[in-house]
Amino acid sequence: MEVRVQNIRKEFARFPALDNVSLDIPSGELIALLGPSGSGKTTLLRLVAGLESPTGGTIFFGDDDASKKTVQERNIGFVFQHYALFRHMTVLDNVAFGLKVRTAKRRPPAAEIRRRALDLLDLVQLSGLEKRYPAQLSGGQRQRVALARAMAVEPNVLLLDEPFGALDAQVRKELRRWLREIHDRTGHTTIFVTHDQEEALELADRVVVMSKGTIEQVGSPDEIYDHPVSPFVYGFIGQSNCLDVTLANGEIWLEDRPIGLRAANEPDGPATLYFRPHDVELIDGCGGCLAGLVTASRRVAGTRHLELELGRTHPRVEIELPPERAAFADHTRIAFRPTRWKLFQKGERRITAREEVVVPELEATGT
Amino acid sequence: MIAMAARTSTRWRFRQPSVIPGFGLALGVTLAWLTIIVLVPLSGLLWRSSSLGWSKFAELALDERTVNALTISFGTAFIAAVVNLVFGVLLAWVLVRYRFPGKRVIDAMVDLPFALPTAVAGIALTTLYAPNGWIGSLLAPLGIKVAFTPAGIVVALIFVGLPFVVRTVQPIMEEIDKEVEEAAATLGATRFQTISRVLLPGLLPAGLTGFALAFARGVGEYGSVIFIAGNLPYVSEIAPLLIVIRLEEFNYPAATAIAGVMLLLSFLMLLVINVIQAWSRRRYGYGA
Repeated sequence: MEVRVQNIRKEFARFPALDNVSLDIPSGELIALLGPSGSGKTTLLRLVAGLESPTGGTIFFGDDDASKKTVQERNIGFVFQHYALFRHMTVLDNVAFGLKVRTAKRRPPAAEIRRRALDLLDLVQLSGLEKRYPAQLSGGQRQRVALARAMAVEPNVLLLDEPFGALDAQVRKELRRWLREIHDRTGHTTIFVTHDQEEALELADRVVVMSKGTIEQVGSPDEIYDHPVSPFVYGFIGQSNCLDVTLANGEIWLEDRPIGLRAANEPDGPATLYFRPHDVELIDGCGGCLAGLVTASRRVAGTRHLELELGRTHPRVEIELPPERAAFADHTRIAFRPTRWKLFQKGERRITAREEVVVPELEATGT
Repeated sequence: MIAMAARTSTRWRFRQPSVIPGFGLALGVTLAWLTIIVLVPLSGLLWRSSSLGWSKFAELALDERTVNALTISFGTAFIAAVVNLVFGVLLAWVLVRYRFPGKRVIDAMVDLPFALPTAVAGIALTTLYAPNGWIGSLLAPLGIKVAFTPAGIVVALIFVGLPFVVRTVQPIMEEIDKEVEEAAATLGATRFQTISRVLLPGLLPAGLTGFALAFARGVGEYGSVIFIAGNLPYVSEIAPLLIVIRLEEFNYPAATAIAGVMLLLSFLMLLVINVIQAWSRRRYGYGA
């Protein structure tokens, strides 16, 4: 079912946890709320669930105003980070709980409930464990029970709060792939909260990046990674370097040298340059480039990570290169230039910045 | 999970030494202590009762006054423990889940029955519940007599047993994750269903422990009861009092016989409760 969040505001003791947030989620989408802790992502999820009530704004499920309904009436499925299974019930009873507590009119017959619960356990690959108690299951299995339990009520929307947060890396990866499969098969509109960007980018159709109670950017994983719209998103998603630079006459300067990148239509003044470690090219002979001393060199799988010192006042910069091109000893001086980068003006919280992709003109002035 | 399976399948054996040494010493001291404090007095009692001979013992134990006293003791202790179970769980709930002014004071007050000399409690309750007391004078027009009847005994036992239930249930209640209730709510359970199907079953083992303790305490309670009970033979005379009466008459065989029966009954009931507890703990996992 389609979910629309309109101008939602939530304050905890006068402190705004969510500030005027709007979000449209089409039916059947798998969407991730991604952000650091305190960004309001869990609050937003709990508001959709009805576990919190908003200070202002509305939430629609389809055409229904859900914000007037209680949790029980919203018919949602919620999966908690720490499973929240009923430990005195068997796995089967846990899954069947949502159907068993219905009023006699809406409750399916006992045999039907049992059949549906068993079907769901089959879907989450736990057939044969229906008589176990939660204490007798591993973490990954418990979370699958929790998911089956949430799906048993045929929810309007499935909400997952850091569903894999308490599991170890191996299980997490496996469950991630498996959740995607389940979603593709059942087609529930699904919102999940995570602070793990890898999880969000790999799993979701769209990612909502949140920070300090507002939405920074909504987009497909590609858009989020390749076209971040704010310094926060640039810094939060993936690796990035940021340098304090100055803009003069459309040219970018690092301290007293131009670095060979142009941003023609931007006003002069201080700015911050962002680029990703792998979006760089090495150049010979430096006429307008970034140059630094190699302070550390690490081989990570298929790439080599170099740590460079550009000057005493700047933070170190990390770049990634193919290993065969980067067999430098420490303290060699190398020159490079970002191929994809983004400039954000100082002082403004969020601006639409220029983006340059590849081929900056070389103004070979010679040294 | 594997550890659990292994534990149930392997034969019984001494626990393997852990990082903290001194298993032998600790076990030895514990057993010696238990023997001196508990086992020797109890076996003395058993020895004295068995020296009576079976027919003599049966005759003394089945004496009508004795049977009545035992019935009253166990019956009132049972009713009081049930009442304590209900209100103790409620009180623990309020203390765990709500914040209100004076909460710490109430929390501390729960322990008062532990500390107060039971005779003081008995006298205070009698004063309140006597037909001319504050509460008794309100109940008297309705034809309800509390003091000097078995009902009075129940009131006294509720008083002394309350902290047992509260203090055993409270920590387990604190352990229950709020998320479990939220999970039940998202699945459409009403508040009543959440309480009856999710929360209370999880509290069963702890509740039973509290019940057992309150019950055991009630059976053995003497000080507070003798003031409020009226101590009419056959009506409101408790077994511990009857033992004292027999002792004062220098009728040691009768006293030991009553004590022996009490010991046996108490042991059986506590055993049953412990078995139920172990079963539910294994099943429900809380506090396991």
